[in-house]
Amino acid sequence: MNQPVRVKTLKIDDRDVSGREDETILEVARQNGIFIPTLCHLEGLTSIGACRLCLVEVKGVSRLLPACVTRVEEGMEVYTQSERLQKYRRMVLELIFSERNHICSVCVVNGNCELQSMAQTLGMTHVSVPYRFPRLPVDASHERFVVDHNRCILCTRCVRVCDEIEGAHTWDVMGRGIDSRVITDLNQPWGESETCTSCGKCVSVCPTGALFEKGKPVTERLKRRQSLSYLAMMREGRR
Amino acid sequence: MNKKRIATVWLDGCSGCHMSFLDMDERLIELFQQADLVYSPLVDPKEFPENVDITLVEGAVSSEEDLHKIQMVRANTKILVAFGDCAVTGNVPSMRNPFGVNAVLQRAYLENVTLYPQVPREVIPALCERVRPVHEVVKVDVFIPGCPPSAEAIYLALTDLLAGRIPDTAKLTRFGA
Amino acid sequence: MTPEELRKLASSQEEARPEPKHRIKICVAAGCLSARSDQVLQALQDEIARRGLTDECEVKGVGCLGLCTAGPLMVVEPEGVMYEGVTPEDASDIVNSLGGKPVERLLCPADSPFFQKQYKIVLENSGLIDPEKIEDYIARDGYTALARVLEEMTPQEVIDEITRSGLRGRGGAGYPTGLKWSTVAKAGGSRKFVICNADEGDPGAFMDRSVLESDPHRVLEGMAIAAYAVGASQGYLYVRAEYPLAVKRLRTAIRQAERLGLLGNNICGTTFSFHVDIRLGAGAFVCGEETALIASIEGKRGQPRPRPPYPAEYGLWGYPTLINNVETFANVAPIIRNGGDWFASIGTEKSKGTKVFALAGSVKNTGLIEVPMGITLREIIFEIGGGIPEGRRFKAVQTGGPSGGCIPEQYLDMPVDYESLAKVGSIMGSGGMIVMDETSCMVDVAKFFMEFCMTESCGKCVPCRVGTAQMYDILQKITTGEASMDDLALLEDLCDMVKHTSLCGLGQTAPNPVLSTLQYFREEYIAHIVDKQCPAGVCQIHRREGH
Repeated sequence: MNQPVRVKTLKIDDRDVSGREDETILEVARQNGIFIPTLCHLEGLTSIGACRLCLVEVKGVSRLLPACVTRVEEGMEVYTQSERLQKYRRMVLELIFSERNHICSVCVVNGNCELQSMAQTLGMTHVSVPYRFPRLPVDASHERFVVDHNRCILCTRCVRVCDEIEGAHTWDVMGRGIDSRVITDLNQPWGESETCTSCGKCVSVCPTGALFEKGKPVTERLKRRQSLSYLAMMREGRR
Repeated sequence: MNKKRIATVWLDGCSGCHMSFLDMDERLIELFQQADLVYSPLVDPKEFPENVDITLVEGAVSSEEDLHKIQMVRANTKILVAFGDCAVTGNVPSMRNPFGVNAVLQRAYLENVTLYPQVPREVIPALCERVRPVHEVVKVDVFIPGCPPSAEAIYLALTDLLAGRIPDTAKLTRFGA
Repeated sequence: MTPEELRKLASSQEEARPEPKHRIKICVAAGCLSARSDQVLQALQDEIARRGLTDECEVKGVGCLGLCTAGPLMVVEPEGVMYEGVTPEDASDIVNSLGGKPVERLLCPADSPFFQKQYKIVLENSGLIDPEKIEDYIARDGYTALARVLEEMTPQEVIDEITRSGLRGRGGAGYPTGLKWSTVAKAGGSRKFVICNADEGDPGAFMDRSVLESDPHRVLEGMAIAAYAVGASQGYLYVRAEYPLAVKRLRTAIRQAERLGLLGNNICGTTFSFHVDIRLGAGAFVCGEETALIASIEGKRGQPRPRPPYPAEYGLWGYPTLINNVETFANVAPIIRNGGDWFASIGTEKSKGTKVFALAGSVKNTGLIEVPMGITLREIIFEIGGGIPEGRRFKAVQTGGPSGGCIPEQYLDMPVDYESLAKVGSIMGSGGMIVMDETSCMVDVAKFFMEFCMTESCGKCVPCRVGTAQMYDILQKITTGEASMDDLALLEDLCDMVKHTSLCGLGQTAPNPVLSTLQYFREEYIAHIVDKQCPAGVCQIHRREGH
C-alpha cells in the first residue's frame, strides 16, 4: 500500500464509530453490532442495493441511502431505526411476500429461510397488500438441484455468485419488472445447461427455498451462506 | 367481574390450529376461569352468538359459506384474531389460486375419479374464485401467524388479550412455525 | 478545416449550382412521412421533370416544420407560402401556381400564433435544411462553433461559456450543464467518454426524434464541443431502435462529418480527435436512466445502479463519462456562436433559453414547438395550441411523461420553468405535454401512466418492481368500481413508499401521476369509489352490490 488508509469518524444511531474510507455504512454498523436488515447483500459478493431493506437516513441528505453501497464519510450522522424506515422495511417485505407464492409451511427451507426470519425480526405479522398468486414453474431437470420460482425473491445472489466466484455465469435474469425471472443459460432447463459446473454455490447462497438440493431431508438442507468470504479471501485479488 | 366471551371459528384450514389450541392443556382451565368459550367447533352451540369479545379465526376464506360466516362473525365480534397461517396468509388452501377454481375442480372430481365423475353443484358450498386471507375480506385486529402457532404463543396472546393488551405476536411466532 | 474554409465550402455550394427560381421544401420527418410526404415529394419531382422545369425549380426534403397535425407540410420559396395536408394529387396544381397565385385550398397560415409565438434555437434549422446534406448545415453556420472552439478557446473557456449561458439538462432533471461538464473535465482518468442520450421514451414525446431527423449535425457538433471541453475522444449516441429514420440520418451525418474532417482524427487540423459511434436501444424505457444506459452500452442488462458514484466520476467502463440529452447538445453550438450571455438573456432567472415541447392531446394544433422558458401554459395551450377543439372545456395538462404530473386550470398562468412545474407537483421532463379536456378521466390517466411504469420497471429493486404492480392493481380496482376507501389509503401509502425507497428515477417518480391527480382531482377518485361513478364517463364501472 502506497497511500495511508484514511479513517473516518461518524455517528450511527448517536453512537460514535469509525470506519476506513472504503468501508460502507453497513460494514461499519455490523462491526459495531448495529443491526441493519439486508436480503440482497451477501458478504463476498458485489453489493447492488436492490432489496432496499438497508435504507438509512443520513442527516442533511434528503434521500434515503442504501447502507450496503454508501461509503462512510467524516462527520456523517446515520440513523438506522426511525419509525419511517421501519415502516418502509415492513412494506418492502410485504411486497416481496405478495409477489410470488411463499407458502412457508410447506417450503423446503421452513425454519432456515432468511425471508421468513426477516419477517419475524422486523415484526411483519401479515401482508397488507393483496397476494398476486402468479403461476410459476419449478425446474427439477438438474440431477442434483431444483429451482422453484415460486420462492424466488430476485435478490440475484445466485447470478452474482455464479459470475463473480464460480466464473461460470450460468445464471442471469430475463424479462422486466414483475415478469423478471432468473434463468440458466439462455432460458434452457437447468439440467441442459452447458455452462453449469454443478458447484452448488447458488444453492448455498439462496436466501429462500428457491434453490435447493434434491434427495435430502429438509433438516439436512442447511444452507452455508457464510462460506463466501472464505472463498473470496482465498482468491485474493479476484475481488 | 364479567367473564370475557371467547369464540373460535374454523374456516378453510386443517384444524391444526385448534389442535394446538387444545395443546394448551391445563392452561385452558386457567384461561377459562376468566372467560367463557361461547362458540367453537370444540363446544356445542350451533349459532354464532352476539357480543363476542374475542374470536379466533382459523382457516382461509375459500367458499361462499366462509365468506358469509366471516362477515357474520366480524359483525358480532369486538376483537377479531386471524389465528394461524391459513387465516393470516391463505397458506396451503391458497395454493390453488395460481391455477383457478375450474382447473382444481376438474382435477379433483373428474380426472382423478373413476366412478361417476362429476363436479358437485349442490350440498357443498360453491368455491370462491380465489382463496383469501381473512384480512382481505374483513378487518382483522390481531394476527397470530404459525402453522400452527404453538400452544405457548396462543396462551401468551390470549393472556394479553384478556388483560386488555394487544400482544406483540412477532415475538412469539412466525410464518410456517 | 478552419472557419474560413468552412465559409468557402458553404459559398462554393451556392455557386456550384445557380440558385433555382423556385424552391419547394417538404417535410420528410416521421410525422409527415407517415402522412405520405415521401410520395408527395416524388410526385412533385416527377411533375417538374415532366414539364422540364428541373433547372428552375428545386424540390427538397427537409426536417420537421412543427405543425404535425396538418401534415404533410411544405414551404414554397421565395414566396414563403406554406401548404398543409398536401397529397400527391396536388402536385400539378402546386407546380402550376409557382410564381403566381398560391393554391388557395392548401394554404396554411404561417402568420398564425402557432408559428409567431415560437422562439427557435434548437429547431432553427428544422424545416429549412436538408438533414442529409452537411453542406446545408454548413451554409447555416454549421460547425463554425466547433472550428472556433478548437482554434480560439481553451476547454475551460468553453465550459465557462456554457456555465455563463445557464443551460440546464433538457432530459428532465434540469441539472446545470456547465457544472456537469466541469465535473467530468476535472475527473481524472486515462480515458473519458461523451454520451448523447437519445433514448426518448415518454409516451407522446418526440422532441429528440425530430431534432435528430431534422438537424443531426447540430447534435454531433454539440457532442464534439463537449468532448473537447471535458477531454474525451470517444462518443456514443444511444438511440432507440424505434427511430430508424433518425438512425439512418445520424449514420449519414457521421460519415459526412468524418469525410470533411469535422469528426474523427485531427479535427480541423488540430490534435483533437473525436469519434462517434451509434448504439441502438432495444426498447427499454429504463435505459434512458443514465446508469442503465451505460450498462446497456457495455453490453449488460439495462439496469440502473445506485448513485453515487455518478457517471461523471465512474461511468462507461469505469471511466469519467459525460451524458447529456439530445436537446442539451443541440443548444451548445448556438451558445458558442452567440455567447453565453445571449442565451442567458432568454428565459427566466433560473431557467434559461428555450424548451422544445411535443404538444399533444386535446388541442387544435398538435405538433412540435419551441418556446422561450417562462412562457405561460395558457399561451402554449390556447395561443400556440389554438385551444381545445369542439368547444370542450380544458381540464388538465400533463407534463413530464410518466414521471410528471397533471396540472389543473388554476395554474394555467404559471410560467413554464423547472422550479414552477416542480412546485405544482409536476416536472419539466423531456418535453412531453399532453392536454386533456373534460372527457378525460383523471383516474384513468393515472392508471395509464402506472401501467407504463409497471411494464417498464426493470425489476431490480423491490419497491418499483412489485410496488408499481400493486398500485396498478388498485387503480384498476378503482376504475372498475370495486375499490374501497381502504384501498385508496393503501394506494397513498404505496405511493409514499415507492417514491422514497426506489433505486432509480423511474421508481422514484412513478407515483407522481397518481399523487398529482389525487392532489387536484381527489373528488374523481371518491366518485369512483363511493358513488361508483366515473364523472368523465370513461371507466366501465361494474355495478355490484356488496363485495
